[in-house]
Amino acid sequence: MKLVIASGKGGTGKSMVAANLAFTLAETGQISLVDCDVEEPNLHLFFPAVTTTRDVTLPIPVIDELICDHCGKCGEFCRYGAISVLPNRVLFFPDLCHSCGGCTLVCPKKAIHEEPKRIGTLSVSTPLPGLKLISGMLDTGSPLAVPIIREVKQEAADDSIIILDTAPGTSCPVVEAIEGCDACILVTESTPFGLHDLELAADVTERLGVPAGVIINRSDGKDEETIRFCAEHDLEIMLTIPFSREIAAIQSRGDLLCRVQPEWQKEFRSLFNKCKSLTGAEL
Amino acid sequence: MVSGKGGTGKTMITAALSSLLKGSLVLADCDVDAANLALVLNPRRIRIDPFMGMKAAVIDPDLCTECGECLEHCRFNAVDRDGEAYLINSSRCEGCAVCTVVCPAEAVSMQSRQTGEIMYSKVAHGHLVHARLMPGSGNSGLLVHAVKKTAMERDGDADLFLVDGPPGTGCPLISSISGMNAVLVVTEPSVSGLHDLKRVIAVCRQFRTKTFVVVNRYDLDPAHTDEIKTYCQEEELPLIATIPFDPAVIDAVRAGIPVTDFGVSPASQAIRLLAEDLEKELIQLGTR
Repeated sequence: MKLVIASGKGGTGKSMVAANLAFTLAETGQISLVDCDVEEPNLHLFFPAVTTTRDVTLPIPVIDELICDHCGKCGEFCRYGAISVLPNRVLFFPDLCHSCGGCTLVCPKKAIHEEPKRIGTLSVSTPLPGLKLISGMLDTGSPLAVPIIREVKQEAADDSIIILDTAPGTSCPVVEAIEGCDACILVTESTPFGLHDLELAADVTERLGVPAGVIINRSDGKDEETIRFCAEHDLEIMLTIPFSREIAAIQSRGDLLCRVQPEWQKEFRSLFNKCKSLTGAEL
Repeated sequence: MVSGKGGTGKTMITAALSSLLKGSLVLADCDVDAANLALVLNPRRIRIDPFMGMKAAVIDPDLCTECGECLEHCRFNAVDRDGEAYLINSSRCEGCAVCTVVCPAEAVSMQSRQTGEIMYSKVAHGHLVHARLMPGSGNSGLLVHAVKKTAMERDGDADLFLVDGPPGTGCPLISSISGMNAVLVVTEPSVSGLHDLKRVIAVCRQFRTKTFVVVNRYDLDPAHTDEIKTYCQEEELPLIATIPFDPAVIDAVRAGIPVTDFGVSPASQAIRLLAEDLEKELIQLGTR
């Protein structure tokens, strides 16, 4: 079971939901929690533990100037403007390189080989006996999030219950995280911003063929528009969490709602069962 | 306006500043994944243009000999198999064109595709450029660049260019802050807010851009607000405003207007002070 938590809008409470769901389920099962918001990963803040960290690298080209005859084929081929061939030398801009390997293929002199370049890290920890946390972290200044997301998902590939937390938005990093999951929880808040972005996120899950349900977070009771949208689009509202300064304070200090107020665990267990029925699986 | 962490109040502050800061103005909503600025600025559409993302690969099934070279060489897992046939998954294709090089049958070509649209509108205090990325598309960094370029081409002579940026630290964020004179980082008092603030500041530092910090909803966790203050002092970052939690903000968003146009409220007062201080800072920077 791969369950992904997404939202169009940022700051709606994805990580809060992911952390509390994983915490609750880890009491009785073996859970892998995967932080796919590699630009701003936060789950490790809720689960401090000793981590094992390794570099995530991408192969980037290295040009052997002794063999290169400056024919310019690599620069012509590169769609990202990462290589500029001058009459007597080659300029390479590593931050623009997408690591497609094309330059090595088109070089007639075989003057280009690839070497790994670090773009971020992957960390694994076991903060609770039933919980494995896998976090990706993009190095600051590095633009490419997707290869790290691919790697953290791969790290959990063989695990049985996987909960993935995504970045906000609807573009490539979010698609990479949602693709191949069995169900998606869309976390929203009932403001016009929340609703607008929920519509976009629901469009993504539909295109990817991943069944989705909704959580309304920080509800102030004025949820009619969101409820209407969900009814029209056949999206089940699986949980509504009210706004309260107390819940906000628990979250902001890095604690877990389900640890401080254990009565919430029942709600999160029920949420998980609703997610399972979204996938059509037997309960 | 950037934030690292999402949902800290960038859009609300951008909208308010657009009616408070002096002079002619052009705004760009560079959170192209989930653009919300238009929802509180009541834009009147002037024009709309298609955004063509990078060309993507297309396999001609009549020419394809099903040899599998494209699948083997694609580093983005963008080649799918449907029975014997090979297909490009356009949402994964990054347009590198390696498949066109390795295909022995010349069955792959690179084709333009529309992955979004760019809107140019009149708003109360100037013009707004915003975009809509087709959900699930890539190239959001490229679209950010196109949105900023549209704003500069049409209103390059404006006194002020305000950009509502995306969350995160990756490609769209980098594209948003490049070339700007100043960055306002909006954070919130929480472990996540502080963690994400530090990361986005690290990116701003690489651009050597003048950077200001705003703590929104500061009273929800005074202890973390203090931690942010200490961090800003240590890093010599001007903490230019603290804005209290205020239900009037949500009411204003629901009414579709900036909170500063919604009557007197604690958040509105704080943002007015922010605008005054920012005005002075921008004059000092020599950009006003």
